[in-house]
Amino acid sequence: MTTIATSGPISAQSRGWLARAWTRNGAGYMFLLPWFIGFFGLTAGPALVSLYLSFTSFDLLTAPRWIGLDNYIRIATADPKFMASMRVTFFFVLVSVPLKLIFALAVAMALNRGIRGLPWYRAIFYLPSLLGASVAISVLWRQLFAGDGLVNSFLANFGIEGPSWISNPNYSIYTLIVLAVWQFGSPMIIFLAGLRQIPQDMYEAAELDGASKWRQFWKITLPLLTPVVFFNAVVQTIEAFKAFTPAFIISGGTGGPINSTLFYTLYLYQEAFGFFRMGYASALAWVLLVIIALFTAFSFLTARYWVHYDD
Amino acid sequence: MSTSVKLSKVYKRFGNVEVIHGIDLTVDPGEFTVFVGPSGCGKSTLLRMIAGLEPISGGELLIDDELMNEVPPAKRGIAMVFQSYALYPHMTVYKNLAFGLETAGMRKSEIEDRVRRAAEILQIGQLLDRKPKQLSGGQRQRVAIGRAIVREPRIFLFDEPLSNLDAELRVQMRVEIAKLHRDLGNTMIYVTHDQVEAMTMADKIVVLRMGHVEQVGAPLELYNRPANRFVAGFIGSPKMNFLNAGIEGADARSAAIRVGGGKIALPRPARSASAGQKIEFGVRPEHITIEQRDGRIPFAAAKVDLVENLGGQTLLYTTLADGQSLTISLDGQRAIEVGATVETFIDPATCHLFDAEGRII
Repeated sequence: MTTIATSGPISAQSRGWLARAWTRNGAGYMFLLPWFIGFFGLTAGPALVSLYLSFTSFDLLTAPRWIGLDNYIRIATADPKFMASMRVTFFFVLVSVPLKLIFALAVAMALNRGIRGLPWYRAIFYLPSLLGASVAISVLWRQLFAGDGLVNSFLANFGIEGPSWISNPNYSIYTLIVLAVWQFGSPMIIFLAGLRQIPQDMYEAAELDGASKWRQFWKITLPLLTPVVFFNAVVQTIEAFKAFTPAFIISGGTGGPINSTLFYTLYLYQEAFGFFRMGYASALAWVLLVIIALFTAFSFLTARYWVHYDD
Repeated sequence: MSTSVKLSKVYKRFGNVEVIHGIDLTVDPGEFTVFVGPSGCGKSTLLRMIAGLEPISGGELLIDDELMNEVPPAKRGIAMVFQSYALYPHMTVYKNLAFGLETAGMRKSEIEDRVRRAAEILQIGQLLDRKPKQLSGGQRQRVAIGRAIVREPRIFLFDEPLSNLDAELRVQMRVEIAKLHRDLGNTMIYVTHDQVEAMTMADKIVVLRMGHVEQVGAPLELYNRPANRFVAGFIGSPKMNFLNAGIEGADARSAAIRVGGGKIALPRPARSASAGQKIEFGVRPEHITIEQRDGRIPFAAAKVDLVENLGGQTLLYTTLADGQSLTISLDGQRAIEVGATVETFIDPATCHLFDAEGRII
């Protein structure tokens, strides 16, 4: 026994521990395996690779060449299209998210009045959220808002000659905003759940105090709904920053007319798959990540001043 | 100046289901009236109809002789304290108290005066900057009452306000609400399913069952002279004993009754009873003794199944010769063995006879 090498027992011990762990948890790890493969192979791995590529010049054909912070410096100082796409994206986020939340809350409040057939209405209103970001709906949207589209045909009934909404740089972004607001189903369902959590006797107490419905909304409903508003705002803001398909389909992938629908993600796509500047596109992707992270952090930091948690 | 409330043939229907069946009731000015009854009897619905939170399906509600059926809740001159307190969790105690006054457009200085005054009455001055989640159950209840007080209403309505508190706090708040009524002198209507609360706080108790008023009266009137078996069983703790019995003979002066395996003669009239009639014999546990005293007559021998010594009283759970159960409540502490047989005695004046429909004979 004394002749056995020092590492022998330790190695055997560790093999024993592994064997025991495998016997105990092996089935669990096997169930986790698909997720592990997906996470490391499709999410974490590519993300780390893109972080590396963002410091390189890479065109898919030749090996990546390390250029340090050049991509980031160019983004910050010498890329007018970056600024244009930022303007479009910020405008889209700042207009579409509040509008969508207001619309979702309004419909949720209407549905919360104890109407019959509520599950049907809920499903119908949720449908656009399932279809909204799809290519098919984006193509349909293009038909609706084209110069000879359904919207203008409808307006013609009233003697109004509408423009080609998607070809006019003054209006094109609004067609995308309308499409985004139309997908109000998801926040609506969450608002509806939040509204149902507000105890009825709060409203009854307010009614006894003589508060009008309007005052009840501002003084009771909205403050008590702020945790849900906060959640929806954060989720929808992230979604809006990431919006891509509608702008790609409606503008034919150009972000036009005159960059008026050049979403940040669309510009990133053009750089990556139009010009094969993979390193630069990776840097753009990381800048977007930082912007979303900053927005989210700002939301969380300000939450303590306007979000009311019961406990 | 206190306010009266009058309900005249008041009905409430939810769709085709009628839950309040034509109630007539008068609450006199300054009176503390308690609606009491088991769950689902309609007491909270009735209160909410007075508050204006439930529409009245039929009949009239008059407050100070003014018809209120269609008057909105805020214009009825009432304030209500809810079972769940209904405090606004995002507002401080001050804001909770001030909300109704701000809604009414009152001047800031007057709001402050009223809030401070109410806070002083309820001793919650030090809590004004806190939010409801930072308060204990008792403190929340005080704030809920404070919110009613600041409005200086004509009538206070309480919907089971103490049911969420622990037993000790419940007793304390009960005393405080009674004191508040004495100090303010307002008309108060209070809903509870707890008959002890009803007995200790009320000037007048309204016993409800399945949307009907079973009896209205002062607490001791209900205790001593219940109109029927339901009221007799509902008022009093421990509950009244009900024993199957039969009339052997009755006239204008006395009634001979077979009960508990024996026969007793009650020296009291039972004119509506007839020989051979099956009845229920009611006697409260505290009205039974195991010693012969003045005015008491021998009742029955009872075998002790269980003894509960509560310190101030002793409860005996016994079985009579005919197998019926009898609960006895004795003053003080008693050394009685389980399995022992005790002779019981009753005062005929405290016994009640009920016919097959539960009506008092």
